[in-house]
Amino acid sequence: MNLSELFGAIPGWGYVPAFVQMMVVGLVPAVLVVLAVVTPVGLLGTYAERRWSAFMQDRLGPNRVGLPIWFDGWQRDYTNKPWYIKLWGLVQPLADGIKLLGKEDFVPPGGDKLLFLAAPLIVFAGALGMFVALPLSYGLTAADLNVGIFYLLAVGAVEVIGVLMAGWASNNKWSLLGSMREVAQVVAYEIPMALTALCPVLLAGSLRMGAIIEHQQTAYDLWGLTIGGEGLAQWGLGWNLFRAFPVNVVAIVIFYTCALANLKRAPFDLPESESELVSGFLTEYSGMRWGLFFLGEYAAMFALSGITATLFLGGWGSGPAYGALMLVPVKEIPLGVATLDWRTVAGVVEFSWKTCALFLLMMNLRWTLPRLRLDQVMSLCFKYFVPFSMACLLLSGLAALAGA
Amino acid sequence: MSATDVTDRVIGEDGSLAEYWVPARDARSEEMVVNMGPQHPATHGVLRVAVKTDGEVVLDCEPMIGNLHRCKEKIAENLQYWQFMPYTDRLDYLAAINNEEVYARAVEKLCGIEIPERIQYIRTIVAELGRVSSHVFSVGVYGLDIGAFTPFLYCYRERERANSLFEKLTGGRMLYHYYRVGGVARDLSDEWIQECLEFLDIVEEKMEEYNALTTWNKVFRERTMGVGVLSREKALAYGITGPALRASGVDWDVRRDEPYGLYDRFEWRVPVADGRHGTIGDCWNRHWIRAQELAESIKIVRQAIDKLPPRDPKLTPSSMYQPYVNPNVPRILRGPKDAEVYVRGENPRGELAFYLVSDAKNAPYRCKIRGPAFSNIAVLPEISRGYLIADLVAIIGSIDIVLGEVDR
Repeated sequence: MNLSELFGAIPGWGYVPAFVQMMVVGLVPAVLVVLAVVTPVGLLGTYAERRWSAFMQDRLGPNRVGLPIWFDGWQRDYTNKPWYIKLWGLVQPLADGIKLLGKEDFVPPGGDKLLFLAAPLIVFAGALGMFVALPLSYGLTAADLNVGIFYLLAVGAVEVIGVLMAGWASNNKWSLLGSMREVAQVVAYEIPMALTALCPVLLAGSLRMGAIIEHQQTAYDLWGLTIGGEGLAQWGLGWNLFRAFPVNVVAIVIFYTCALANLKRAPFDLPESESELVSGFLTEYSGMRWGLFFLGEYAAMFALSGITATLFLGGWGSGPAYGALMLVPVKEIPLGVATLDWRTVAGVVEFSWKTCALFLLMMNLRWTLPRLRLDQVMSLCFKYFVPFSMACLLLSGLAALAGA
Repeated sequence: MSATDVTDRVIGEDGSLAEYWVPARDARSEEMVVNMGPQHPATHGVLRVAVKTDGEVVLDCEPMIGNLHRCKEKIAENLQYWQFMPYTDRLDYLAAINNEEVYARAVEKLCGIEIPERIQYIRTIVAELGRVSSHVFSVGVYGLDIGAFTPFLYCYRERERANSLFEKLTGGRMLYHYYRVGGVARDLSDEWIQECLEFLDIVEEKMEEYNALTTWNKVFRERTMGVGVLSREKALAYGITGPALRASGVDWDVRRDEPYGLYDRFEWRVPVADGRHGTIGDCWNRHWIRAQELAESIKIVRQAIDKLPPRDPKLTPSSMYQPYVNPNVPRILRGPKDAEVYVRGENPRGELAFYLVSDAKNAPYRCKIRGPAFSNIAVLPEISRGYLIADLVAIIGSIDIVLGEVDR
């Protein structure tokens, strides 16, 4: 039973105009997938960052906020009572959210009110938009666009506009400096990022994310020399990381570093560098608008980790976990009205571990490295990344000619 | 002085600029004055720096001090000599014990009070421990200025241990009031000495970790080497002292060159920048000198603990409320008539000096405090012109000021 049939069961559905039907049928799964992924990612991302940084820094981090299953009056040390489940502090993000919602929605005097209020929405929308074309698993892509990776990079860059608006509208010199840094940095890093993203595209011969994943499921070939069959490719040998060896090894490093720079993550966190620019473009923000920037950052972190995993590490379609799970002699899991393909399950596991690993690596880098300076960020991009990514692109083109 | 009338000196004519940063005259855009501080996270307290910028390039800057002024020198004139001791804690509050040492020595010199040897040793141990605690913090917090959060927390963990040690000894974690004129508040217990040795072991072991995360880190070196170069001549002209002076290649340490206390009895070395890494006088060298001094101070504490003389029963106070001092200290301290002393000591941030003028009363007629951070911050505009705002933060951090001492 597909979605159209499900909607068809609604009484009076036939009287709804056809174009509305099409829009609803198209939008509902997209919105559901996006919300079902972005919300937990945003909330758990903040929690994970705080816990992981605490672990790295010899602290405890949030480990108290849990669920009181009974209210026994306000008292001290209630977290140790038997009616209180600590849950490792997992409810902390919700508590934070409630706190942020309760804060004043402050607009700085002299600032541009409209731009100031709209900026976090644009930043968050940009991050959200990336999830639309992000292939989470078999059949779990909200929209497998035929310009997939192009769309992802384009939508990811929308964030710059929001940040520039935020910095300009804040009527604060630190904010303005922060947003100018962001624009300079992100626009510069778009170039090597797009060039290295094209390496897998050349090998697969398509911009569609699904095609890139399918390409990595095919037999591995080393500059025209086929090694192993589809079986081995499924276990991870077919990853683009190993194809056109060693070009894509360089390409993934460049792509991932550019992703860090585009996300404003340390060591590229110049736009909000708290020890230089107070908080950069976030200085004047408070409450939930600040929280939206934050959620957007974690959503974008997850999305870009997912894109890296898809472009170079096989996405959901190949890898150790996928290979192992495909050994299980199950084809489908019946779920009442629909059936769940086993490949979806295996794909979710495969995609999750790779994305989470890359996500965690971002945190590790952030809590280890000092911050670069603006000129160093720029020279890293233009002196090293741009020429190297161009060479990568050229060599992958040759590899595609030789192999595919 | 308001932010808008920042000095309008012509940039680049005195040759003090890092030329590669300052845009050519015809390429300059609109200049902007930004206020860094007093609530800015990078200014280590309530320092306010008015910065004239062209984009991100610092064309000129002016530290504006006084937000933490508490009339310390005037207070000293209105309190008895011994009563001013806890106020000295609040000068350089990150190394409170070292301030007390200099003040105690000044009063003792003025009144001619002898210090028993065991107390001298105790003072050396505690003062050098204070230096360890202060430098471990400075090293970590400089990482924070450069943008590395983790080394700061690692170093703070060690500083917390030092604070606990001080708490056991003095009752205070940050502001101790441990020194007394003619002695200290109480004797070191054997248990405390043991814990102190354990603490030194921990710091010595962890120092490698701090250096890996900051000093030898590639990004950190890129950020600090060759930035904010303070030449030897300029350092001497501005009266820079402490690690900042030694980082400029001047081999000067009051502890060695004008020995006080027991420093001439121990084996230790004064680290001086030699230009093997970075440029002499840059931010990285200032940081590195501090990291090396940490190790030297640990050496001194170890030797002092080794040589600590046995307890003298004559010194042991009759009750726990009595301080551990030379019993010959008079009940009411009076300075001699028309006398003055100038006593200086090497603090973690440079030379702290007290100038006391006495007119035979129980309070000084005049007390002038020479704070190292106050002199060191004066050179900020000289060494930060022409660098980026990010470098300005690195330079302020490398000078390592404490506003309690700048403003007094």
